[in-house]
Amino acid sequence: MRILDGFGRRAVLAMAGRNPWGRPSGGGGDSSSGAGDGSGDDAPKADKPSRSGGPKNPWLPPGSGSSGTRGGPRRPTNIEDIFKNRGPEGPRRIGGGGGGPGGPNFRMPQRAGGKSWAPIIIGAVVALWVVLTSIHFVQPREQGLVTWFGSKYSHTMSPGTNFTLPWPIQSVDVQDVSEIRTETIGNDGENLILTGDQNLVDLSYIVRWNVKDLVQYRFELADPQDTLREVGEAAMRAAVAETELDRVLSGEGREQVESRVRTRMQEILDAYGAGIAVQGVEIARTEAPQQVIEAFNDVLAARQDRERNLNEARRYEQQLLAAAQGAAAEFNEIYEQYRLAPEVTRRRLYYETMESVLANTDKTIVEAEGVTPYLPLPEIRRRAQQPSASPAPSPAPGTTNGGQ
Amino acid sequence: MENIWQTHKLTIIALIVLALAAISSIVIVPETQQAVVIRTGEPDRVINRFDPNEPYGSTGAGLAFRIPLVERVQMVDRRIQDLDMEGETVLSNDQQRLEVNAYARFRIYDPVLFVERAGSEQLLRNQLEPILTSVLRQELGRRTFASLLTPERGTAMTNIRDALDRQARQYGAQVLDVRIKRADLPQGTPLQAAFTRMESDRQEEAETIRAGGRRDAQIIRAESEADAARIYADAYGKDPEFYDFYRAMQSYRTTFQSGEGQSSIIMDNSNEYLRQFRGGR
Repeated sequence: MRILDGFGRRAVLAMAGRNPWGRPSGGGGDSSSGAGDGSGDDAPKADKPSRSGGPKNPWLPPGSGSSGTRGGPRRPTNIEDIFKNRGPEGPRRIGGGGGGPGGPNFRMPQRAGGKSWAPIIIGAVVALWVVLTSIHFVQPREQGLVTWFGSKYSHTMSPGTNFTLPWPIQSVDVQDVSEIRTETIGNDGENLILTGDQNLVDLSYIVRWNVKDLVQYRFELADPQDTLREVGEAAMRAAVAETELDRVLSGEGREQVESRVRTRMQEILDAYGAGIAVQGVEIARTEAPQQVIEAFNDVLAARQDRERNLNEARRYEQQLLAAAQGAAAEFNEIYEQYRLAPEVTRRRLYYETMESVLANTDKTIVEAEGVTPYLPLPEIRRRAQQPSASPAPSPAPGTTNGGQ
Repeated sequence: MENIWQTHKLTIIALIVLALAAISSIVIVPETQQAVVIRTGEPDRVINRFDPNEPYGSTGAGLAFRIPLVERVQMVDRRIQDLDMEGETVLSNDQQRLEVNAYARFRIYDPVLFVERAGSEQLLRNQLEPILTSVLRQELGRRTFASLLTPERGTAMTNIRDALDRQARQYGAQVLDVRIKRADLPQGTPLQAAFTRMESDRQEEAETIRAGGRRDAQIIRAESEADAARIYADAYGKDPEFYDFYRAMQSYRTTFQSGEGQSSIIMDNSNEYLRQFRGGR
């Protein structure tokens, strides 16, 4: 590309000042025609009505009218004539035509001694050519491959300023060698790989690589990049086939797979002499296949369920133990006191309990002996219902005396 | 111009003819190609023949010459090339189907043989591809499905490479490597079966996890109950008789007090509580 650029630039330089169509303002012909036309297409048309005797047909062969043209005041009538008049030799119709001394025809200034400028211009172009195609600035990350006639390997250019023979004797191919390039595999859609336990895993990964040996990279493999992809795929599938699904999925075996793929890729590529260094292999995505992902998620949910169950059990345990410890501590405290004064404590407890129990209950004391007590059970029930004032059925009366 | 043409007509024509002759007799052989010079239909010599021991730059690439019209030059790629095998269904010896995608890398080391027997790279590929397929099928068909997934596959690949190499050498090519790029379950039933199995595997795992959780929770509860019982026994065992009394008191409170007036108690005069009420013993 660099060579082509240079060529284009040179071509433009060569054209400057020798534009076959002349300057646009000056028109294609002499001032006498009066037309301000700037293009060669218009020149013959403008010519038609002006002169007599000359060939008006622009397509007539130029050779036949060449002698007449030279003497007469005729304008150029075809493209070839225009070229003749404005060729590298300079205008030929110096005195004859309408192109006066101050006319629009472009002319090179005369060189001392009346010699042509052509050799100088050609020399300059050649010099420029040589300079542009033989000095090369190679950037720090790059290397350049120099070949004879684009074929035979000559040498490798290292970063810095390098000199070669001009193109096309030596041509140069500059490549970025230290730049780490990436190759993503399995990124488009599902990429299912069989694992060691005959399951499938959806996996995508990135291979990072750079050029290790530019000569090998250019000359050894027909398609290095395609080779890299295929080697990567073969190595990855082999490595995954040696690993179990759970290890790939959990990320536990991931590092192992990555390093295995890297080593294996490097071995294969070195065996091919690919001139490629594999810098790293990174697994970007490991997932269960879409079709069974529900079941995999259910396993995760089951793990949560287990944790929840265990947490609930632990909570129950804490409550139970705390209650037991509290009750035991309470009993121990009381028992300490009881041991010091058993009878008194026992009495006190008894009375306190009866007091608080009887204070909250209806009491009926049957004093006289032999009196058959009337048990107003319906009345008691009615009374019991009053405070709540609700039609709800009252609790079974049997509970009333159960404690005694 | 006309004058030059008129005076040096012959010279110019001669120069042009010479130039044309020079151009047509010069051959530029790139580093990546080996050129077979064929003289009247018969290979005569090879320019830039592949030789692993020759470093680049001294291989013979570059400008070379031929006799125009008589000698024809055919370029043969010198680089390692790729032979790709499309997905082929292979039957393992336990009757499982596997879709295999393999590639081979080869290099033409004898371009003369290659030109004589194969002609072009594409033709060579067309020749080698069915061989690769059949060799692969044969070799993998001897193994079990499971062993195709294991590193043991390595020896299979070596065998396949050797078999393919034997064939390729007849065409002047050397097979460097054969590798399985992908080994997939075929679309349709086998793939679905694998998915179903994976699914049931996971369901089983999920159920195991849940059941294990329930079991562990139950164990924790039981242990905690045992612990609690031990704590109670430790405390109350010191005096069972007092515990009976103490617990009865607690129980009375709980039972009657929370009744909020719904309980009625009828006591006759022999009640222990009313002992003092009757005026002493």
